[in-house]
Amino acid sequence: MNLGPHAGFIIAAYAVAALVIVALSVWVELDNRTLRRRLARLHAQGITRRSDKPA
Amino acid sequence: MALIDLANPTRFLRLAHRALPWLIELTGALFVIGLYLAYRAPDDYQQGATVKIMFLHVPSAWLGMLCWALMSVAALGTLVWRHPLADVAAKAAAPIGAAFTFLCLVTGSLWGRPMWGTYWVWDARLTSVLVLFLMYLGVIALWRTVEDPSRAARAAAILTLVGAINLPIIKFSVDWWNTLHQPASVMRLDGPTIYPTILIPLLVMALAFTLLFVTLLVAAMGNEILRRRVRTLMLMQAQSAPGSAE
Repeated sequence: MNLGPHAGFIIAAYAVAALVIVALSVWVELDNRTLRRRLARLHAQGITRRSDKPA
Repeated sequence: MALIDLANPTRFLRLAHRALPWLIELTGALFVIGLYLAYRAPDDYQQGATVKIMFLHVPSAWLGMLCWALMSVAALGTLVWRHPLADVAAKAAAPIGAAFTFLCLVTGSLWGRPMWGTYWVWDARLTSVLVLFLMYLGVIALWRTVEDPSRAARAAAILTLVGAINLPIIKFSVDWWNTLHQPASVMRLDGPTIYPTILIPLLVMALAFTLLFVTLLVAAMGNEILRRRVRTLMLMQAQSAPGSAE
């Protein structure tokens, strides 16, 4: 594929887009793991909400 | 199931858990198709291959604005109806909207340099989008500054509704003022002015970006619900600690 004289600008735009999308996805996933770990630690210490306890 | 049932955070988490794998696969598939179509799209007769930047720039711009519109609806949900998921949605959406607006600014700049001869001009369209980005940062900062989530939600909701004034300014800036930016070429009363070989890849990429936004939003909302649960449990832990005031 010939991107012409402005190939650098086109490649840079796609690279930045990929970087932003990957960074967003990784941030959401890491945040989820951290929160689940914290929640599990609190549950292991016996701290639960009333709605979490079996009836 | 009624829409109101989704107001239950536990039910939302269960639904999100089920929907996310499908959303991820669908988003991935649409990006593969969209990028292939973008790769195959012909060069523009004036702009050459730089038209390929449009397949990133336009969807990012649409989503930057759509996200603020969605946050404005959520802000009404917080202030008027006190919907339990409204402020969760608004808080989760802000960083995603900021990222898309950032992407819009950067790709626009990279497209502007070869086409206009400059990365940036202080004209109405570019400046109003920069203002949108700064407002996103302001809302994110506000959420982080106020510790109590319900107080933060009300303050952020007011700021969001005030900021919504910027959306029509962005949309119509190219008609109201002289600007380097081209006028609307897709969402026009007389139909798109783009040839189908370029319009179709653009619409597929826009759909892929929109699904990506929905996927990230659902996941981030799930995280926000978990964060509030952790906060509640930590407060319970602090209250039950020996020596704490009952």
